[in-house]
Amino acid sequence: METPKKSTSKNEEFQFVNLDEVTAAQSGVAQKSLSFHEKAWHQLKHNHAAMVSLIFLLFIAVVSVASLFWMPHDPNAQNVSLSNLKPFTNGSYPLGTDGLGRDMFSRLLYGTRISLMIALFATLVDILIGVPYGLVSGWCGGRVDNILQRIIEIISSIPELVLIMLLLIILKPGMVSIILAIALSSWVLMARLVRASAMQIKSTDFVLAAQAMGESPMQIAFRHILPNTVGVIITRTMFTIPAAIFLEALLSFIGIGVKAPNASLGTLLNTGEKGFQFYQYQLWEPVLVLSLMMIAFNLLGDGLRDAFDPNTRGEK
Amino acid sequence: MRKYIIKRLLMMVLTLFIVATLTFFLMKMIPGSPLGNTMKLSKAQQLAVEKQYGLNKPVWQQYLSYMTGVLHGNFGMSYQYNSTTVASLIGHRVGPSILISFQALVLGVIVGILLGCVGALKKGTWADATSSTLAVIGISFPSFILAILLQYYLGFKLGWFPVASWDGFPSTILPTIALSAVPMAQVSRFVRTEMVEVLNSDYILLAKAKGLSVPQVVSHHALKNSIIPTLTLIGPLAVTLITGSMVVENIFSVPGIGELFINSVLANDYPVIMGLTMFYCLLLCGILLLTDVVYGLVDPRILSKEKGEH
Amino acid sequence: MAEDVLTIKHLSVDFKTLEGTVHAIRNVTLKLHPGEVLALVGESGSGKSVTTKTVMQLLPKNAEVVSGSVEYEGRDLLKLPEKELQKLRGNDLAEIFQDPMTALNPTMQVGKQIMEPLLQHQDINKEDAKTKALAIMEKVGIINAKERFKDFPYQFSGGMRQRIVIAMALICHPKILIADEPTTALDVTIQSQILKLIKQLKDELGTAVIFITHDLGVVAGIADRVAVMYAGRILEFGSVNDIFYHPQHPYTVGLLKSTPTMEMGGGDLESIPGTPPNLINPPAGDPFAYRNRYALKIDFKKLPPFFKVSDTHYAATWLLDKQAPKVHLTDKLDQRRQHYAKLVEKEAHQDD
Repeated sequence: METPKKSTSKNEEFQFVNLDEVTAAQSGVAQKSLSFHEKAWHQLKHNHAAMVSLIFLLFIAVVSVASLFWMPHDPNAQNVSLSNLKPFTNGSYPLGTDGLGRDMFSRLLYGTRISLMIALFATLVDILIGVPYGLVSGWCGGRVDNILQRIIEIISSIPELVLIMLLLIILKPGMVSIILAIALSSWVLMARLVRASAMQIKSTDFVLAAQAMGESPMQIAFRHILPNTVGVIITRTMFTIPAAIFLEALLSFIGIGVKAPNASLGTLLNTGEKGFQFYQYQLWEPVLVLSLMMIAFNLLGDGLRDAFDPNTRGEK
Repeated sequence: MRKYIIKRLLMMVLTLFIVATLTFFLMKMIPGSPLGNTMKLSKAQQLAVEKQYGLNKPVWQQYLSYMTGVLHGNFGMSYQYNSTTVASLIGHRVGPSILISFQALVLGVIVGILLGCVGALKKGTWADATSSTLAVIGISFPSFILAILLQYYLGFKLGWFPVASWDGFPSTILPTIALSAVPMAQVSRFVRTEMVEVLNSDYILLAKAKGLSVPQVVSHHALKNSIIPTLTLIGPLAVTLITGSMVVENIFSVPGIGELFINSVLANDYPVIMGLTMFYCLLLCGILLLTDVVYGLVDPRILSKEKGEH
Repeated sequence: MAEDVLTIKHLSVDFKTLEGTVHAIRNVTLKLHPGEVLALVGESGSGKSVTTKTVMQLLPKNAEVVSGSVEYEGRDLLKLPEKELQKLRGNDLAEIFQDPMTALNPTMQVGKQIMEPLLQHQDINKEDAKTKALAIMEKVGIINAKERFKDFPYQFSGGMRQRIVIAMALICHPKILIADEPTTALDVTIQSQILKLIKQLKDELGTAVIFITHDLGVVAGIADRVAVMYAGRILEFGSVNDIFYHPQHPYTVGLLKSTPTMEMGGGDLESIPGTPPNLINPPAGDPFAYRNRYALKIDFKKLPPFFKVSDTHYAATWLLDKQAPKVHLTDKLDQRRQHYAKLVEKEAHQDD
């Protein structure tokens, strides 16, 4: 370093400044930079569609939990004298009754809860299988990855619904079977996404640095890889849940899912379709609940994907 | 390229073999006799039927004879439809399914590309908002409900289209529309994202720097590059269509394999279920291979990657 | 001296982002003389590309020109309708991009891409366009041009692709060529080939060139004049000799000290401490003050004006004010000058 040759000036303004003091003062007012997840949240907050969806889904969740403790009527209580009441005609049956005189509102509450429960558990199982599978595949690479990927290829060569039905045939009928069947057919995509993400992170500098510093593979996988795949996992989950809701509805609609008298949105659709020519509200009500939930999950998923994807961030 | 196709074909045969084996043993895992549920038979009759279907032999012998049958295109006899072979059942039923699925695919892809392009080019305007909303609804709204609504309102109420009959092109229209909603939405979202990305790329900027007008930039440079990757969607779309066709065929009474599959599941008609599973599997693998090959032919970049690998 | 081909006056451009408004360039004034090579030098994010993208009117949608004008042939490009701009782009004004790997349409034959500006701007049939395209392909050094005409970009190496991009830019004989870091993405050996090609072609066609780079080493061989940019402002401009032998702004000095030359080992290199300021809240005074070892109190308060050093050489630093203390910035540079001199001499010999 050369030593600056400095002479002094008479004018106060033209005196040299000790740079260390200035930079110290400046660092106090330096722009705070946001962490990755803070930025994602910041981005999500500005996405109106996603925020409305989030609030709507939280509302549905609260209502579903509340309906565990209180419902206007027993969803299975039949009252033939009050059957097929139209909505808004009877104060104690705001959404009308079905062909057996059961309260539509209570049945919707109950059905939504069952559908949500099936979807949430299926998604949980999906995560429990898909995430470790993808992590191992992406992190180990090489031969292990090769074998795991071949297995995935074989599974995904069977169309989803065919696989679900095969599983439903051999499992004992019931909710657990539906959950398992849906999860066992949908984890493949989660595994693929987590694998891709893990492979990407694996080649980043901070993982290389961690390796160089002697952290064990397990430590790296849990301390570096997993936290950085969280975005992918959350986003994927937001698409798995509506897919599971849809599959449950479809299975119950066909008649191989949740069996009557238990209500899920699918069984409600099934019942509603039978009398659709005469009592249209009996189909439209579950249709509305189902589609609003699906739309909300999809919009929220889109918002999350944009928020977690740095490529789309910043452009408005 | 040839090497690649042969490799893929071998992988496909292996996959089919594994799937056939898996479904066979899955079906054998089901407790009780498959005939017990559907028909009320005396013990002697049941034994006779079991013998007719070869169910009295040990499992490994059944497996061997099933697999040799499969190799010769013989998937056994249906339990449900007496004295009909699974192969001929599928053969008779496959036409209508392929027809409406193909129509739905074409319709969905064309409309989807249009909507996606409009969305990307008019990004941030009401046109973009409309096409995005349509896409979200298309993805979220279950196809079987759409089928019911179409059937009731356009079929029964307005009487524009025949309902619950299978007779010529008019009867394919409603199932086609119901089936095409999800592909339309998927393609439109995909094309929009692709095109937004392409429009942000350097070569688009360079095309503008050459003095091309926006319509020229889009038609000469952006369109082809954003639509070609849509080919990668064909595989997932095939899965969507297979799923959708099962219920939609059921609702519109289309005599296709989707309806056959659902009926067989409800009636525990295992030979048909196994046959159809293999058929679907073959169909899906075939479509994936075909799209990969076509993709390689249309997009020069893929070829270079292939070369890089070998 | 003949009239300037391009005059940029008091140009300021903002970018609207989620974090706030980024003042990407502020009060940039530049002149481009006919046939000269003007080098725009600075770190990434200093606003070099924004300046030229404004000239081409190819800024992204979230950019906004706040003030200033860009005069070309008596017209303000910033006020021209899009139709008129399209007639100029690719014809009078051409640009070479930084990364040849992404600048070409991957699914279009390179020949077609080279012909495109011709067909766009001149009344010419396809046959003649092809002949001209083949001629320029040969000129930029593509061997077997005829056979390669129908090849796709992936079939070319990075250096070859950049030659194709140059062919596209020059096929209409533009008056102004903007070269935006055209060698940064290339291997060192290919870099000098491409530089030579640009130099040779601009001499042949009489094109004026704005050459953007962050590498002063590249500047020595190609530029006539140099403008040094930092944090969206021009800090110093002058002829190559002015900048290399009499740098006045501490930032220019810092850049020179951190530039390796072929003859020198890395041991003598210095880096400039700190990072450029945030352009959402740009500092009021000299933007370089916070990294400047010779910073004066006034540097933090008041923006320095341009002080005239010579007829061709201006610098915006308070150190040039009469009241400022005298500093000698360039002790070690004196030694390095000799190396540069040698380098330039060597280049000159190679050209003979």
